Amino acid sequence: MIDSEMVVDKKDGKSSMLNGRFEVILPAERWERVPSWGGASFGVSHVYRPSTVEQLQAIFELARRSGRSVGLRGGGNSYGDAAMNDENILLDLRRMTRVLDWDPENGRISLEPGVTLQQLWQYVLEDGWWPPVVTGTMKTTIGGCAAMNVHGKNAWQVGPIGEHILEFDLLLPSGEIITCNREENRDVFFAAIGGFGVLGCFTRITLQLKRVYSGLLDVETCSLPHLDAMFDYFAENVPRSDYIVGWMDAFARGRSLGRGDVHRANYLPPGADPNPSQTLRLDNQHLPDTILGIVPKSIMWLFMRPFTNNLGTRFVNGGKYWAGRLTGVKRYRQPHAAFHFLLDYIPNWKKAYGPGGLIQYQPFVPRENAREAFREILRLCQRRGLPNYLTVLKRHRPDEFLMTHGLDGFSMAMDFRITPGNRERIVALVKELDEIVLAANGRFYFAKDSTLRPQIARAYLGEEAVAKFKALKQRCDPDNLLQTNLWRRIFEP
Amino acid sequence: MTRKPLSGKRPLESKPRAIIVGASSGIGAALTRELAHQGYLVAAVARREALLQELCDTINTAVGELVAFPFVHDVTDYEEVPALFQTITHQLGGLDLIAYVAGVQTAVSLDEYNFEKDRQMIEVNLLGAIAWLNQAAIRFAHAGYGHIVGVSSIAGDRGRVGAPVYNASKAGLNTYLEALRNRLSRQGVTVTTIKPGFVDTRLLANAPKTFWVITPEEAAAQIFQAIRRKRQTVYVPARWGLVGLVIRHIPSFIFRRLQI
Repeated sequence: MIDSEMVVDKKDGKSSMLNGRFEVILPAERWERVPSWGGASFGVSHVYRPSTVEQLQAIFELARRSGRSVGLRGGGNSYGDAAMNDENILLDLRRMTRVLDWDPENGRISLEPGVTLQQLWQYVLEDGWWPPVVTGTMKTTIGGCAAMNVHGKNAWQVGPIGEHILEFDLLLPSGEIITCNREENRDVFFAAIGGFGVLGCFTRITLQLKRVYSGLLDVETCSLPHLDAMFDYFAENVPRSDYIVGWMDAFARGRSLGRGDVHRANYLPPGADPNPSQTLRLDNQHLPDTILGIVPKSIMWLFMRPFTNNLGTRFVNGGKYWAGRLTGVKRYRQPHAAFHFLLDYIPNWKKAYGPGGLIQYQPFVPRENAREAFREILRLCQRRGLPNYLTVLKRHRPDEFLMTHGLDGFSMAMDFRITPGNRERIVALVKELDEIVLAANGRFYFAKDSTLRPQIARAYLGEEAVAKFKALKQRCDPDNLLQTNLWRRIFEP
Repeated sequence: MTRKPLSGKRPLESKPRAIIVGASSGIGAALTRELAHQGYLVAAVARREALLQELCDTINTAVGELVAFPFVHDVTDYEEVPALFQTITHQLGGLDLIAYVAGVQTAVSLDEYNFEKDRQMIEVNLLGAIAWLNQAAIRFAHAGYGHIVGVSSIAGDRGRVGAPVYNASKAGLNTYLEALRNRLSRQGVTVTTIKPGFVDTRLLANAPKTFWVITPEEAAAQIFQAIRRKRQTVYVPARWGLVGLVIRHIPSFIFRRLQI
């Protein structure tokens, strides 16, 4: 308990400490360094790894007694500070991995929050089911996916993962567990999904899975010479695809601005796969261990390291684009896992970015404004000498979740390498980009965010949504026990 | 009720954080100012509240934002340290550097054996350092990074007739810091021993003969350079290194006939 307040008067720079000290000391062996997934920042927290709901409740009680806040962390794949809680308690939920209920007839599954997407798809695939929404890595947990309301390459078709959650149990910091679905505690349902873990801790999530009739997808790839071609391709193919994702070479200028490759995929209809029982087997889903059959993928990042700079990436991106251009349109069948989990293809690829790590900036812009806004953004990054190294274009749709990033439009995810020398320039660049996105009525996404400022968040979410969320926060967690770095940065500066 | 940290953290704009123990005057105050001006958030820990408050107010006004935070504490109150340490890291929102600067030297005559005076020097100069730096060591070892700085003295290089226990306290501190370095360097933690010569502080009042005297500000600037370069042992100013080298090698049969 803190027995008195630290009084800080910002006006005259005076500060005083009135005996406001912790009485409960947390054990030293709980100190752990916790990085953001992109590695551009890290903090130190008291990390606890509960395996049961009772342990979870005990830790909330400890937090209350000791005056610390509690942050929730799943797979730790949020690029920025969404799953960090510096100098406070951090609950790593990856030991809560039980499948609580599974109905292979209807594809309904109830999971503890620490179950990863990898565990999930490997558990259900042989029964002919697949998670309706998956992230680019399978290391994310279902609790984290729900808290960030993640989307996949099919976001415009099926929305974010929240749309497929039928029900969840939420442990409130008081110790009480409430059940939320579209009828019961409806407001909490639509706020806790996408509520970045500050309303409560999911202890059971029930998900409706997607029926698949093959372990393979029909995939088509092709290269497109510029941004207009990219958007035209999306417009043409969105109605007839299950998945589309575009990759852009952010170094290309002038007429080639926004050139890149697209991958689109469709589920196989019943009967199209002559041997589904084979293709649905796990053995046929594994990502290969080597590249070109020779180079072990585990050391691949070492070979990427020399190219992860402006010159090298310009070269690699150009090569990738022209290779695609020369081979033309390709069509093939690919296992689900190989198509979806591109981020797992090369283990530790982010190490190629060097010790400064990376951040991702992912604006979402309405359909009618996206083309011009993204063109402006790509140009501005080039003008500032800060081209991003990986650029991914996706299509989205609006949804009902309170803090959503979803809208009828496009998102462009951009990876920026961070070095000691470019931090300030990146911060300045992002401020300029924020203005472009806001002017285009755009939105942002907390799972990717490292830079959002409070006024920008309020501007795109709207004062009403923020007030509503804060009211729910007050109701679910009156003592503000659940916090993260992101929560303090954006909502309690 | 949970507490908010004193300063929010933005991933790309985060300031380094430091604790200075013994910040109210002399080298500690100068180092607090130096670090604050170099972009650190500093928790200034010291016993004398009024001085500490004034120091932090002056710094915050000069820098134009809240970067120095006072924490009143007597380093001989060892039981208080673990809780205060966690309070400070919580309030600062992190910790990258801790510097133990607290030190006292009481005048003792050549034939004086005063246990009260001696105990005070051991308590402030050595036991206080152990109480604080042990906390930092555990934390930094678990976190895999961090920087520990101990401000010792050239006086710790030999035992002299004029200051047996002051010498012993600083020698003890040197050895403790060396051991911390050997323990922690493999865990990514840097430990720096600072050995000042004569610095124009309250301690100097009890030194019989002085020369090469520098201001606390000069000392703090040199200590900051040592921190930036992650040095192991640094004499401040550097020319005392030569003196240290000579002093450490004077044979005992000569040393015991000297009056230094």
